[in-house]
Amino acid sequence: MTSETTTTTTTGVAEATPAAPASQMIGGGSSVIGRIPWTLIVFLVACSVPWIGGRYNTFLAEQIAIDALFAVSLNLLLGTTGLVSFGHVAYFGVGAYVCGILMKTYNVPFILAFPAAGLGAALFALVSGYFCVRLIKLYFAMLTLAFSQIIWAIAYKWNDVTGGDQGLPEIPFPSFDWLNHVPWLGDLKTSDQFYLLTVLLIAISLAIIHRIVRSPFGRVLTTIRDNPERAAFIGVNVKLYQLAAFVVAGTFAGFAGALYGLFSRGVFADYVFWSKSAEVMIMTILGGMDYFWGPPIGAFALVWLNQEITDYTQYWPFFLGAILLVLLFGFPGGILGGVDMLWQRLRRARRA
Amino acid sequence: MLEVRGLNKSFSGFRAVSDVDLTVETGQIAAVIGPNGAGKSTLFNLITGHLRPDTGSVRLDGRDITGAAPHRIVRMGVGRSFQRTNIFAKLTVFENLQAAFLVHRGRGRDFWSRAAALYRDDTERLLASIGLVDQRDTVAGTLSYGNQKQLELGLALASDPALLLLDEPTAGMSATETHDTIRLIERIAGERSLTLLFTEHDMDVVFQIAQKIAVLHQGRVIADGAPEEVRADPEVRRVYLGEH
Repeated sequence: MTSETTTTTTTGVAEATPAAPASQMIGGGSSVIGRIPWTLIVFLVACSVPWIGGRYNTFLAEQIAIDALFAVSLNLLLGTTGLVSFGHVAYFGVGAYVCGILMKTYNVPFILAFPAAGLGAALFALVSGYFCVRLIKLYFAMLTLAFSQIIWAIAYKWNDVTGGDQGLPEIPFPSFDWLNHVPWLGDLKTSDQFYLLTVLLIAISLAIIHRIVRSPFGRVLTTIRDNPERAAFIGVNVKLYQLAAFVVAGTFAGFAGALYGLFSRGVFADYVFWSKSAEVMIMTILGGMDYFWGPPIGAFALVWLNQEITDYTQYWPFFLGAILLVLLFGFPGGILGGVDMLWQRLRRARRA
Repeated sequence: MLEVRGLNKSFSGFRAVSDVDLTVETGQIAAVIGPNGAGKSTLFNLITGHLRPDTGSVRLDGRDITGAAPHRIVRMGVGRSFQRTNIFAKLTVFENLQAAFLVHRGRGRDFWSRAAALYRDDTERLLASIGLVDQRDTVAGTLSYGNQKQLELGLALASDPALLLLDEPTAGMSATETHDTIRLIERIAGERSLTLLFTEHDMDVVFQIAQKIAVLHQGRVIADGAPEEVRADPEVRRVYLGEH
């Protein structure tokens, strides 16, 4: 069985078109590896974690899943549109607070609070984006940072609504009573039931973003990333499309934030601090921003490394810095970029 | 087709374009020539909305387009190529042209279809027309310089322009490449009955295909007319064709 698989893989490699663009090399194209339904496998594995992984692994998996969505939403700006946002955590935070406040203070059910979180983040992205896209490059990045710090200040100081520096602890889980009579699912702890809901919502979100990236709208965004000047001269209203990308990215960051608030059973001003924006950007670059699955892989790698390293030492930031150094100089395309490079080198060696 | 009147543009006191008048008739192949720094590219940028003129007007088929945004001017049927090559470097050749079709046909707001499946026939035809079929799946940033210029021409053509502005279409090319490019441009202009306005430093090219030539010098038009008239103009000979 094993040898058979290996042979087919070899043929698949030889058959792959030599000139296929890098973006199609991994998880796509005509090779056997590309035909394996990776996304389905990952989804099923993620769903099985509460049964096979235990409490701690479920906790890690949930963190990875939420960070993956957050990073993919950022990559819609970074990798697809070429916009460097240093304030993406603002939309994550707005989502977390909107969902948390609605559920805790106003007893709104999750089924309404969750969409409201996306909507709130989208509205804030529309307003802040309106100003941000008027600026370019570093100035754009600085203004996104400024907006995120405004959100942080509001979260930190507006005691009546956000709980100020105390935050909003003990946000209730959504009610899963209706699951009680479902075999398998009914017996799970509420936190595991919420984990499964999270995985499902994130899978749907990722599928939608994937579709958007492959759509004509997504293609237009890539022209802006590659060359905004030229994009305008094929008829693209560059600022308008940048704003649209900003709003879409903000919406999904808001969804990620809403899930995170419930996952960690509370929303705190820390979640909106700017260093969280840097963290998600590192995930995105670590995984490879030229690839749709780069950011999730970056999220996985960073969360896992964080756990492993903090078991041994308290100097996590030191290791994070070292990882970044190796990455930026050794693998500027991130993990997937590195794999892609190796892959193509192997193919060339085989053909020669 | 194109009517430029009294156009002025200064950059911190330096007058890059100064009282320029220029008319291009429908179907004409017109050239703007002049030494480096004469204001050719600035003039193009003013016409296509990349820069906003200080004073003066640009009219397209009688419609005032002065200072309109580039994407609007493109939608009114003006295509352009750039002196420094300007393509979408990370996309393949095919994806480049397909993107231009998507935008031109107003599909950019479509969040849901698969972009890769749209306008394939149009894209294939255009690929053939500009002679890049062999490079179809090459990542555009890795193309040779000459091929990038061809692709750029294709990007301009995808929006089906009536007026095409080419800024030094043969800049940096070898003699053979220049020859091929000019034949390509001539053929396409003929097939699509395009109105063409181009800048060029290669005098052979200019006198070979232009029906009308305007000479810019220090931001001013010093001569404007048929090639023979321009060639005979004493001032042009003095400042540009290198005779004293």
